Amino acid sequence: MSRGADPKWAGPPTAEATAETRDAGKLREKILTMETLNPHVKAVEYAVRGPIVIKAGDIERRLQQGVKQPFTEVIKANIGDAHAMGQQPITFLRQVVALCCFPELLDSPAFPDDAKQRAQRILQGCGGHSLGSYSASQGVECIRQDIAAYIEQRDQGIPADWNNIYLTTGASDGIMSILKLLVSGQGSSRTGVMIPIPQYPLYSAAISELEAVQINYYLDEANCWALDIGELRRAYRAAKQHCQPRVLCIINPGNPTGQVQSKKCIEEVLHFAYEENLFVMSDEVYQDNVYSPDCQFHSFKKVLYEMGPEYSSSVELASFHSTSKGYTGECGFRGGYMEILNMDPEVKAQLVKLLSVRLCPPVSGQAAMDVIVNPPRRHEASYTQFTKEKNSVLGALAEKAKMTEQILNSVPGMKCNPVQGAMYAFPQIFIPPRAVQEAQALSVAPDMLYCLKLLEETGICVVPGSGFGQQEGTYHFRMTILPSAEKLKVLLEKVRDFHLRFLQEYSPQEAPVRRTSQEHSET
Amino acid sequence: DRHGAAAGLTQGWHLSHTTRQNIRNSELAPLGMRAWQIKDELRQGARKPYKELIDVSSADPHRAGVKPLSFVRQVLAVCYYPQLAKSDKLPADVRQRAQRLLGTCAGGSAGSYCPAGGIPEIIDIVCEFISRRDDGVPSYPENIFITSGAQRAFVEILNILVNTLRSPITGVLTPCPSYPPGNMAVVMLGGAVVPYYLDEEQGWELKIDELHRALESAKGVCDPTVLYVINPGNPTGHVQSRKSIEEVIRFASEKRLFLMVDEVYQDSVFEQESRFVSYKKVLAEMGPPLSHTVEMASFHSVSKGFIGECGLRGGYVELVNVDPSVMRNLYTLMSRDASTTTGQLALDLMINPPQPGDPSYPLTAITLHISDLRVLEVLNSLPGISCQPVKGGGYALPRLHLPPGAIQKAKEVGMLPDYFYCSRLLEETELCVGAGSENGQRESTYHIRYRQSSDEVLRRLTSFHIQFMKDFS
Repeated sequence: MSRGADPKWAGPPTAEATAETRDAGKLREKILTMETLNPHVKAVEYAVRGPIVIKAGDIERRLQQGVKQPFTEVIKANIGDAHAMGQQPITFLRQVVALCCFPELLDSPAFPDDAKQRAQRILQGCGGHSLGSYSASQGVECIRQDIAAYIEQRDQGIPADWNNIYLTTGASDGIMSILKLLVSGQGSSRTGVMIPIPQYPLYSAAISELEAVQINYYLDEANCWALDIGELRRAYRAAKQHCQPRVLCIINPGNPTGQVQSKKCIEEVLHFAYEENLFVMSDEVYQDNVYSPDCQFHSFKKVLYEMGPEYSSSVELASFHSTSKGYTGECGFRGGYMEILNMDPEVKAQLVKLLSVRLCPPVSGQAAMDVIVNPPRRHEASYTQFTKEKNSVLGALAEKAKMTEQILNSVPGMKCNPVQGAMYAFPQIFIPPRAVQEAQALSVAPDMLYCLKLLEETGICVVPGSGFGQQEGTYHFRMTILPSAEKLKVLLEKVRDFHLRFLQEYSPQEAPVRRTSQEHSET
Repeated sequence: DRHGAAAGLTQGWHLSHTTRQNIRNSELAPLGMRAWQIKDELRQGARKPYKELIDVSSADPHRAGVKPLSFVRQVLAVCYYPQLAKSDKLPADVRQRAQRLLGTCAGGSAGSYCPAGGIPEIIDIVCEFISRRDDGVPSYPENIFITSGAQRAFVEILNILVNTLRSPITGVLTPCPSYPPGNMAVVMLGGAVVPYYLDEEQGWELKIDELHRALESAKGVCDPTVLYVINPGNPTGHVQSRKSIEEVIRFASEKRLFLMVDEVYQDSVFEQESRFVSYKKVLAEMGPPLSHTVEMASFHSVSKGFIGECGLRGGYVELVNVDPSVMRNLYTLMSRDASTTTGQLALDLMINPPQPGDPSYPLTAITLHISDLRVLEVLNSLPGISCQPVKGGGYALPRLHLPPGAIQKAKEVGMLPDYFYCSRLLEETELCVGAGSENGQRESTYHIRYRQSSDEVLRRLTSFHIQFMKDFS
C-alpha cells in the first residue's frame, strides 16, 4: 500500500461502472475538491514525513519485494523516533503502565513496590479506576499535581500551580491548541507568530493552516545557532508593518539545531516579550537531552520568575513537554503537557472548551507522563536500575552527538555546529552551482535533490534543510543521532562518501565527469 | 438564530475551581463538577442519603463501574512490558497476539511513532473487518485513517470541509438531540450548525421531511455542505432501518451533501428486530451511480460497543468516493500528528476478538441494561416521565413532563428546567445524570440522559421522581 501517493477510492470504478456513471450524464462533480475544500489546509506541508519519507517507504517496499538496490536496508534518520532505531524503553515506566493497564498484576511478585504504588495512585485518579475511562479534558488531576511537583523541583522551588497544567496528546497537540487561540485579526492586524529559522515544521504548518503571519527570526549559524536579540528586534520591526506580532516561539533545546540557550539569552528574550507584549511559547520537549558539559537547561518559567514579580506576573508563557523525547523516547504513547502562565481568564475558558472538543488525551500517555515526572527516588527499589538505564541512554546519545559532529566536520564541503542537545545534527552542506541549477530545472529545492540522491544511493533517509527553513543560499539536512553507535558510524561514513561523490559529480568542469576506477568500486 | 443543539459543555465537570469562577454559568455544565465535589465530601465522611455517588451521565462504561475485558488489557500489558510474555499465567492467545502486534510496531516497541494514517497491518485488518461486517463489500486501505479516537478524525474531516473563506459559511446539518462534541467541533471550526429534529414520538426517527425543512431553513444563512448522521443514535438510541438509510443517502446525493456518519455504537444494538447496517454497505448495494458518487466518511471507535475503552483513544474513519487530490491532502494533514499506538492496538483487539477455540474465548461481554423492557415499563408508568424504546446506543433519554411549578422554580434559581431537575436529583440521591439541554431538544421539551447500568440507578431515580412531582404539582 502506497500512502499519500496513489489513493484509490472505494468501489474503484470498473470499466462498466464508469461507463454507467458517464451514461448518467456528465461525470458528476464532487462536493469536496481542491477548489472547494478549506483553503487553509491546502498549503500544509510537513517535511518530517513529507515526500522524501514517502519515497523512502517506496524503496523499502521494493527491497522487501527483492528488488536489488545499492544497499540492503533503508535507514530512517529523518524522524526523532528512538525506539524505532533500537533504543530500549525504560523498564520502570513500562512496568507502571502495564500495571495501570492490567491491575491484576498488582498482585504479582514480579513487579516492584514503587511501580505498584505509582500505578495505584494513577488508577485512583481515573474514572472507575481504569485507563479506559475518559479523563477530564485537562487530564487526570493527580497527574497534573505530579507534574506541578516535578516543575517545582526542576526549577529549584519556584511554585507551580497544577491548575495551570494541561495534559495533551503529545506536545504538538498543545502547541496547536495554543496557537489556535492566539490567532485573530484581519489584514494588518492579523496575528504574527515569530518562529526561529531553522524551525520544527509543525510551527510553519500550524501558522499556514491558521492563516497567521509567519515572522522568521534567524538563528546565528556562525555562532552555534545562538539566538541574537538584535535579530529578534529586526524581525519584529519588519513584521509590524504588515501584521500584529502576538506570539514568540522558542524551541529550547533547539530542533533541528540542537543549541541550548544560555540563561542570559532567555532573560533577554523574556524581557523583549515583556516590552512588546508577546505571548511566549517555549517548546522544551528536549529538556532532558543536554549533552554539552558547558550547557545547562534553564526553563523559561524559572528564568521568568527569577526576573522578579513584574515579569512573572505579566508575561504570558506556555511551556511544553512530551514523553516522546528525553531518555524514555515514548513517541507512541502521545503523552505531553503544557504549563500556562498569566493567560487571560476568558481566553483560558476558550482553551478549556477547545480541549473538550477532543474529549481527552490518551490516558495511557498521561500515565507515561506521570512516570517521567515522578521517577524512582533514591531510597526506592527501582532507583538503581532506573538510573543505570537512564544514564546509559543519555550517555549513548551524548557520545553519538559528539561522534556525529566530528565525522561530519571532517567532510570537506560540510560544516556541523556542535550538537549541544536534542537529537539531531543539522550540518550545512555545500551544494555546487551545477547541482543547484539541476535542482531548479527539476523544480525541487537543491537540498531536496541532494537528499533524494543520498536516499537512492545509500538508503539513508534524512530531511532537507528547506523543510526547516534556512538562510537564503545555504543548504542543510537534518539527521537524527538515534541509530545505534555502530550503525550511526557506518551511516556517517556513507554520508561522507556520498558527499564527496556528489561534490565530484557536480564540480564545475567542462568535460563530463569520468569516474576513476577507485570511485567505481566504492559505489 | 441560536444553534438548536448544545452550546454547553458535556465535560464541564472536569473544570478546575478557578476556571469555573471565570466562566458564565450558561456555558457550563456544573453537574459533573458538583458530582466530583460530592464524591470528595463522601470520601471525607459527610453524611448523605446514600453512601455512594453513582455517575451515569456519560456513556463511559468504566466510569459507571463496568470492568474492562481481560483479553484486551492482558494483550496491551504484554505489549507495554514484553517480559510478561515469559509468564505461563497468561493465555497462549494473549501472548501470540501481543507478539504479532509488537511485530507491527517499529523497533518492536509500542513506544515508536505509528506511520501516518495508521499501522498498515492494522489498517488491513480494519479492511477485512469492514468487509466481513458488510457481507463482502470491499474496503481499501488507502481510504482508512486510524486516529486517536474517532473524534480526532471527525474534527480533521470537518476541518477540510468547512471553508471559512466562503460566504455564506459552511453549514452542517446535525441531528437534534446530538452528540455535543460533534456540534462543538462544527462551531469551533467556523461552521454553522443546522439542526434537524429527530421525531421523538416515533422513537427518535430521522424523517426526510425534517431534513428538507432544515435545509430550507438554512437558505440565506449558510451554505449547507455536510450532513452529519449518528447511527445508532447518540443519545437517542434509535437504530436506522435500511430504508431510512437509503432515503438519507438519496437526499444527500440530491442536495449535494457530504455525509459524515458516526457509527461508533454499531456494536450496541439490543433489540432483536433492529439490526445495524452500515451506510457503506447500503450505499454499495444501491449501486451506481450513487455508489460511485456519494461522498462519505464513516467513523468507528473503541470507546463504545463491547470493549468500551474511551480513555485509550482509538478510532478510524473510512472515506468513500473522495477526490484523490483531497485524499493526498488529508494524508499530509493526518501525518502532522501521529496517533497513539495504544489506540491502534486496541482497535485490532476490538475488531478481531478471540474466536471459539481460542483460550480467551468467550470474552465477558459488557452487558447493558438499557434495553430492559422492565426499565421502560417503570419509567413509563410514572407520572411526568416517559421514555421511547431504546434500540441501541449508550443511553436512555427519558422525557420529563415538568409541572409549571418546577419550571418556575428553575427560572427563579437561574437554571434550565432539566438542569434544575438533575441538580436536585444529584443533591438528594447522589445520582448524577445528564441534562437533555446539553444534547439539544425541541423548544420547551426537557429530557434527562443517563446510562442505565443497575437496578440501584432505577431505584434512586424512581423514588426521587415521585417525590419531585409531588413537591411541584
